[in-house]
Amino acid sequence: MTDTTANASHFHAHDAHDAHHDADHKPSFFARWFMSTNHKDIGTLYLIFAIIAGIIGGTISGIMRAELAAPGLQILPNWAGGSVDQAAYLWNVLITAHGLIMVFFMVMPAMIGGFGNWFVPIMIGAPDMAFPRMNNISFWLIVPAFLLLLGSAFVPGGLGNGAGIGWTAYAPLSTSGSSGPAVDLAIFSLHLAGASSILGAINFITTIFNMRAPGMTLHKMPLFVWSVLVTAFLLLLSLPVLAGAITMLLTDRNFGTHFFDASGGGDPILYQHLFWFFGHPEVYIMILPGFGMISHIVATFSRKPVFGYLGMAYAMVAIGVIGFVVWAHHMFTVGMDVNTKMYFTAATMVIAVPTGIKIFSWIATMWGGSISFQTPMMWAIGFIFMFTVGGVTGVVLANGGIDNNVHDTYYVVAHFHYVLSLGAVFALFAAWYYWFPKMFGKMYSEVLGQLHFWIFFIGVNIMFFPMHFLGMQGMQRRVPDYTDAYAEWNHVASLGYVIMAIGLIPFFINIFYSLLAGRRAEGNPWGEGATTLEWTLSSPPPFHQFETLPKID
Amino acid sequence: MTAAATQRRNARTAGLAALLVAAMVGLAFASVPLYRLFCQVTGFDGTTMRATGDAPGGVAGKKVSIRFDANTAPSLPWHFKPVKPSETVTIGERDIAFYTAKNLTAKTITGSASFNVTPVWAGKYFNKIDCFCFTEQTLTPGQEVRMPVVFYVDPKILDDPDARGVSEITLSYTFYPVDQPKG
Repeated sequence: MTDTTANASHFHAHDAHDAHHDADHKPSFFARWFMSTNHKDIGTLYLIFAIIAGIIGGTISGIMRAELAAPGLQILPNWAGGSVDQAAYLWNVLITAHGLIMVFFMVMPAMIGGFGNWFVPIMIGAPDMAFPRMNNISFWLIVPAFLLLLGSAFVPGGLGNGAGIGWTAYAPLSTSGSSGPAVDLAIFSLHLAGASSILGAINFITTIFNMRAPGMTLHKMPLFVWSVLVTAFLLLLSLPVLAGAITMLLTDRNFGTHFFDASGGGDPILYQHLFWFFGHPEVYIMILPGFGMISHIVATFSRKPVFGYLGMAYAMVAIGVIGFVVWAHHMFTVGMDVNTKMYFTAATMVIAVPTGIKIFSWIATMWGGSISFQTPMMWAIGFIFMFTVGGVTGVVLANGGIDNNVHDTYYVVAHFHYVLSLGAVFALFAAWYYWFPKMFGKMYSEVLGQLHFWIFFIGVNIMFFPMHFLGMQGMQRRVPDYTDAYAEWNHVASLGYVIMAIGLIPFFINIFYSLLAGRRAEGNPWGEGATTLEWTLSSPPPFHQFETLPKID
Repeated sequence: MTAAATQRRNARTAGLAALLVAAMVGLAFASVPLYRLFCQVTGFDGTTMRATGDAPGGVAGKKVSIRFDANTAPSLPWHFKPVKPSETVTIGERDIAFYTAKNLTAKTITGSASFNVTPVWAGKYFNKIDCFCFTEQTLTPGQEVRMPVVFYVDPKILDDPDARGVSEITLSYTFYPVDQPKG
């Protein structure tokens, strides 16, 4: 034991000595980006990965909206050799890919891997993550996971190439309904992505519990760190259940087990229970880090501390806890008795309470503040608006009785795109503009940022709001064709997609413009409202920050 | 704090987190037997009860209509149907119903039947004393058998507010082949 201690203090001294020499000596390009153990570099890698995945997932949704622009099948049959069955199967493959890519390879890597890696260590005053090498493994697991999913599109699935099972992969469609290796590849892809996220979650929990700077108590931690902590616990508790469920799918498919096969005494409903026990916490995994980011942005641009800090932190904890006991509201139509439906309806509605606390606290933070409507603030306000719309339709859907009518319709599609596609994505864009000067040391173009916000905001609302009407009229999701009665609003929604896509042009121009010709950013470009530790550092921060730990009082 | 102490603390935290992950994986797989047990105990999802004793005796004047439903998996070439499509029984009284199954092929085939009742909440009141579904059935080529199911409807159903106004329970069976390679 004595030996270890002696060794450690020796290394420690050596470290401190080394740092003086190496502060600006970054590793060579290959070592820096492919063998990275630096949390900021890994965060950047995650962000680049998420942008690429987002482009692919967004292009797929463009194909989907193009097909849905008019009744009948126009586009897909061209790619399916003219066969209607093949075209319909291609549709299934596209919706599956869109869902999985956006959830596992865009929102999660950006929120947790990207901004989480970049700013959690800095915000708690730590030099890096607790396990820098494990951090590297996390990133390099998600890349092959993505390649496996993309590769599944080129091998046979059920009727044609690719996995056409929906992101939920319900049995028996995903077991006896889809022979061929495509579904197996998709399952392996989820295994790898899950392992990556679990390792990341362990890393965040250890970092946040053990590596805080002196004086940084849990109740002084920035809200973004709180949000990532809660998210990490949700990942830890829910992803293993998904891993178990899809492993059962795999053995049902390949090794003759009957977990979800009624002919062998199994029950396909059990898969739905397992999936949604993961799936519901998963939707909070995607939105909670966004809650944290929005709190900082609203406080910064209102030049006021966030209203009700403790309430905000524990509201996220409450959302995380309740999120585990509401899963069956995704499966109201499987034949539950009235009492079970009543419980899941009531429990689901309870979530509106902590969520309401957050919404009202953000508004209270703005109240009486000296607000400046710069790009990050616009996205943050857009987030609050969109998330509230999605939250309201969520309370409607929480009713077991109403859900019988709108289950699997476009009403549900509108609901979860308002909270995720608009909620989570708006939070990501808000964070992108908020931290862009910090991450890259250059100011973005305010004009392009505002242009991006307004075009995107108008586009997504034109795209998704009509889906409420379509759903109320009974248009079912996951079907590429529809009766003429739904033609008009579908046409409008597809126009909305075009507007949204145009809105992304200033986003990409802005990246290149700012990196090449942007004004140099100061350490704190946002002024007195920005109070967290990252703004005490230079922009971009030094390769290794906090060699002497900051003291928080 | 020294670097070694931090490392030890980090390793302990990460170890605890990894234990949590292992526990959740275990829970996912434990859910398979637990779910079955849960359905058997509570009658959830229309799982019928298995009675060991005798029926409690009829409640005079309280009757319920039982419909009998028969299905076979596409991969099982049997002809399977109830002898009578429905009958009216007195609640609490022991009753016996018959199904027939005929093997339409020239091979000996073993099948087993899965079952449930609709409405699903009636599962906990539907007691089977004996049933062909408790065991596997083997039919030689062309053989036809009559298979009994002995059951009663628990009089407690009369006290259940959910059951008010419901006069019909459907008992459904689906026969699957046993020991056949899956297609």
